[in-house]
Amino acid sequence: MSTDVRGASHSTPLLAKAVPTAVLLVGAFYCLVPVAWVLVASTKSRSQLFTTFTLAPGTGLADNLRNLFAYGDGQYGKWALNSLLYAGVGAVLSMIVSTMSGYALAKYRFRGSNVVFFAILGGVLLPGITLAIPQYLLMSKIGIAGSAWSVLLPSIISPFGIYLSRVYAMSAVPTETMEAARLDGASERRIFSAIATPMMVPGMVTVFMLQFVGIWNNFLLPFIMLSDQDRYPITVGLYTLLSKGSGEPALYSLAIIGSALSIIPLVLLLLFLQRFWRMDLISGGLKG
Amino acid sequence: MTTTNPHPPMRRRRRGTAAPYVFLTPAVVLYVCFLLIPILYSIFLSFRGLRLVSGGAFGHRQETFIGLGNYATALTDPEFLAGFRRLAIYGIIAVPLTLGLALLFALLLDLGAARAKRFSRTAIFIPYAVPGVVASLMWGFMYLPVTSPFSYITEKLGWGTIPFLENPEIFSSVANIAIWSGVGFNMIILYTSLRGIPTDILDSALMDGANEWQIAARIKIPLVAPALVLTGLFALIGTLQVYGEPTTLRPMTNAITQTWVPLMTIYRDAFIRDNLSLAAASSVVLALGTLVVSVVLLRLTQKRAFGED
Repeated sequence: MSTDVRGASHSTPLLAKAVPTAVLLVGAFYCLVPVAWVLVASTKSRSQLFTTFTLAPGTGLADNLRNLFAYGDGQYGKWALNSLLYAGVGAVLSMIVSTMSGYALAKYRFRGSNVVFFAILGGVLLPGITLAIPQYLLMSKIGIAGSAWSVLLPSIISPFGIYLSRVYAMSAVPTETMEAARLDGASERRIFSAIATPMMVPGMVTVFMLQFVGIWNNFLLPFIMLSDQDRYPITVGLYTLLSKGSGEPALYSLAIIGSALSIIPLVLLLLFLQRFWRMDLISGGLKG
Repeated sequence: MTTTNPHPPMRRRRRGTAAPYVFLTPAVVLYVCFLLIPILYSIFLSFRGLRLVSGGAFGHRQETFIGLGNYATALTDPEFLAGFRRLAIYGIIAVPLTLGLALLFALLLDLGAARAKRFSRTAIFIPYAVPGVVASLMWGFMYLPVTSPFSYITEKLGWGTIPFLENPEIFSSVANIAIWSGVGFNMIILYTSLRGIPTDILDSALMDGANEWQIAARIKIPLVAPALVLTGLFALIGTLQVYGEPTTLRPMTNAITQTWVPLMTIYRDAFIRDNLSLAAASSVVLALGTLVVSVVLLRLTQKRAFGED
């Protein structure tokens, strides 16, 4: 593929356009196929799922939706709300905590700042998932394993979010502005809330989005922590549908329509927030 | 918000305030509770175990310190070690392809000549919003012979179904899910990094008669090397932590065992066999392995990817 680009750029301008465009479109096709498949499959009735051509739409969409929301007394709705609660509240709190600490690490010189910063960097490298088992054991001891807190609390601390906030605060909040505000008698708290925070909004949106998607997509932590099906987020809920489905094929249709429905809001959110977030934070902060 | 001060600047007020400590408190408290203490607790547990204590008519088993016993068990458990081998095969497929495709798409997006860039960029990024479990579920059905569109086509052509869910194809099939999920996010990181290259560098290369291919190989790729190292690091860490994808596919295939990857073995030891100490030792091994791999990668590439002064 790449050799074509090399040859083409000088000889035929048409080919120089066509080849890169074609490669990108193949990539787009590859990424959209499973999404298209699950949307089509969600319209099929149980019998159609295994008998009709896999990409031909079926006639069972309304039934599937009814069955999905009827399953387990409306468990799917609960799972969706749980996912929204864990990801929404977790991401907002994570964003606040990350912004405060990133700002402190970027804009103040104080004893211990290096220790905190390197401890956080270590946390970025540490596989977060291997923490889930000791976290579960400790939470069982204090009796909150299985509650919403057991999923929510560990999701708030995000070493990567703190790191990004620090990078962003360093470039977005001018020290002179802070000094000027101090001369005017503003308190440190006020400088943070009224001056620094508005300047850090794009960085905050980025941290929020990364954390929201991260928590929404997380499987192992809620899988380990929760035992009550009514507290499951969508990922764990769909997994239980699928694992029961091997003995009870009717659940396959539910898993499929459940998957199709679950990706729609997140894709929309991503498309909407794509304009506001600053991905260059991740790549740009690393040049130093 | 700020007014200009008519007076000449006074001596800078001493900045030894408590403010930074106050701002850091929530993060530090959460860090200690949900990272530091669990790690220390894991290490503590990994040295403990049940040992037969004589006494009374029958001996009874009691939890005590047993030294490195759990580590010896973990490191000689053929299933745990086989999990690492399977992980290596999976990683050798998934990591280079994820990064390679992400770099290819990023370079193409950065190319003036390509069309339909906005659409392609968005489409390739969409899988990032799909949870790994849902991605595995969708691909799983696309692998399953009765529902697979690919097997439908090959069957119509008389070639039979494609054994996506059997050995050895299962490695590529699981890796494909990771590639599908990871390409878009890495592409965006690399693309934003490419956009950050100053245009005058590229312009002068063009004036010197370099073609797009040479510019990509000699200027763009070296300049985005730090971002490549970072995405490579995340891809490696992600590989060592793979769990959700094979677990979700398991109900659909016999090729994925209960101990297919190390985390699955750890989960089984902890929650099915109730051997928490062994699971803790295995987790420590996995965490140390990740740390070593990360440090080696950063050293080898000699890029201070995280470093700042």
